[in-house]
Amino acid sequence: MSKAMTRPADGQTIPVSFKLNGRLQEVDVEPNELLLDVVRDRLGLTGAKRSCDVQVCGACTLLVDGRPVSACTTLAFEVRGRSVMTIEGLAEDGKLHPLQEAFIEHGGFQCGFCTPGMLLASKALLDENPNPTEEELKHFMHGNLCRCTGYKKIIESIMAAAKKMRGSA
Amino acid sequence: MLRRFRLEEPESVAEVSELLGRFGDSAKVYAGGTELLLAMKEGLIQYERLINIKKLKGLGEVAGDNGTIKIGALCTHRQLETSSLLQEKLPSLVKLEQNVANVRVRQAGSLGGNLCFAEPHADPGTLLMALGATMIAEKTSGKREIAAEDFFVDAYETSLQADELLTEIRVPSPGADRRSAYLKFGYLERPSVGVAVALTLNGTTVNDVKIAVGCAGPAPKRVAEAEVLLAGKSKDEAVRLLPQAGAIAGRASEAISDLHGAQDYKEHIVGVLLKRAFNSIVS
Repeated sequence: MSKAMTRPADGQTIPVSFKLNGRLQEVDVEPNELLLDVVRDRLGLTGAKRSCDVQVCGACTLLVDGRPVSACTTLAFEVRGRSVMTIEGLAEDGKLHPLQEAFIEHGGFQCGFCTPGMLLASKALLDENPNPTEEELKHFMHGNLCRCTGYKKIIESIMAAAKKMRGSA
Repeated sequence: MLRRFRLEEPESVAEVSELLGRFGDSAKVYAGGTELLLAMKEGLIQYERLINIKKLKGLGEVAGDNGTIKIGALCTHRQLETSSLLQEKLPSLVKLEQNVANVRVRQAGSLGGNLCFAEPHADPGTLLMALGATMIAEKTSGKREIAAEDFFVDAYETSLQADELLTEIRVPSPGADRRSAYLKFGYLERPSVGVAVALTLNGTTVNDVKIAVGCAGPAPKRVAEAEVLLAGKSKDEAVRLLPQAGAIAGRASEAISDLHGAQDYKEHIVGVLLKRAFNSIVS
């Protein structure tokens, strides 16, 4: 358990206790603080990116209780008592998640900016639907934008990971 | 950048109403925040206080009761698209909800917030009008029921009073012969045009037609003139009258020229979508 720096007491502060990548985290936030800023600037996890800032692009995707949210438009106090996963928490004990392995193997990224969001969104998809059709995959992922790959290799990567995960389940 | 505000977290409708009455325009109800926070981040609006209503009990469920489907205002789009009751009773609403924005917005955004924010390019209000929905508004001194067509006043403006909270959306449970559809079209993030149709098919006769248009103009509208034109007609006759009904609906949409399309273009699309929606449920 770690305690992030406390904000000055000139505004209202809200104590937030939550699980961050499986570990208890406590932080005092002001009501207007955004989850993305708390995670990036105060907790030092910079995998999630601010890009469009209007919930369109998916670069700031985090999982809250396993479901994808836009951290750019989520107030930080909303994660009280909840479980947050960032891309830094996807690999376990130094072993990459099958989705991460598949993105490497199938060239599912180029510049890498969208990749943390792509991986977390596709994890949420496969957790609820381990055997998606390509149409279901496209529908679920259409809120995550990539400007490099043309999506084909991302779709191939997710489908390959899904197959591998079904095989090992 | 989000300016500082104070957070209130009441646990009853009466407390919410009291806070709204006390703080007036300097406070705003906050639920999912998917639209409100965007506007606040842009600096378009600001509030000294946000009133988080997610601690209120009983506003987050979908329930069927005596021929009425009751949707709590805090239900998220995600809850609605996955509700087995709605999948059985209101598949057109489920389909609409499956296509609201993206998976992250559907996870956080609530139906009540969507309706109260009254963003002109929102989908649900238009279909809810065609489904004959009513809105339950509550405040300290009581509650009232507002027909969907009386709820939307203008862009970003509803008929809720300053100290009223939308708590529930009620939709009459459709009978076996009742059919409905919502279609939208757009090329930006939000739709340019949305059209909803509901009707009862008795044999080959089309009855109790309800038509609503949205997104094209400042607020969703019922189109009574087009409904009257089609109601009571045979299926084939109604299909022949669709171009005329579409032209009426196009005018009724009060379409405006903007980034989402020119006025005449949107009016045309209203007609196209009305025809497709109608054909999809009578064929």
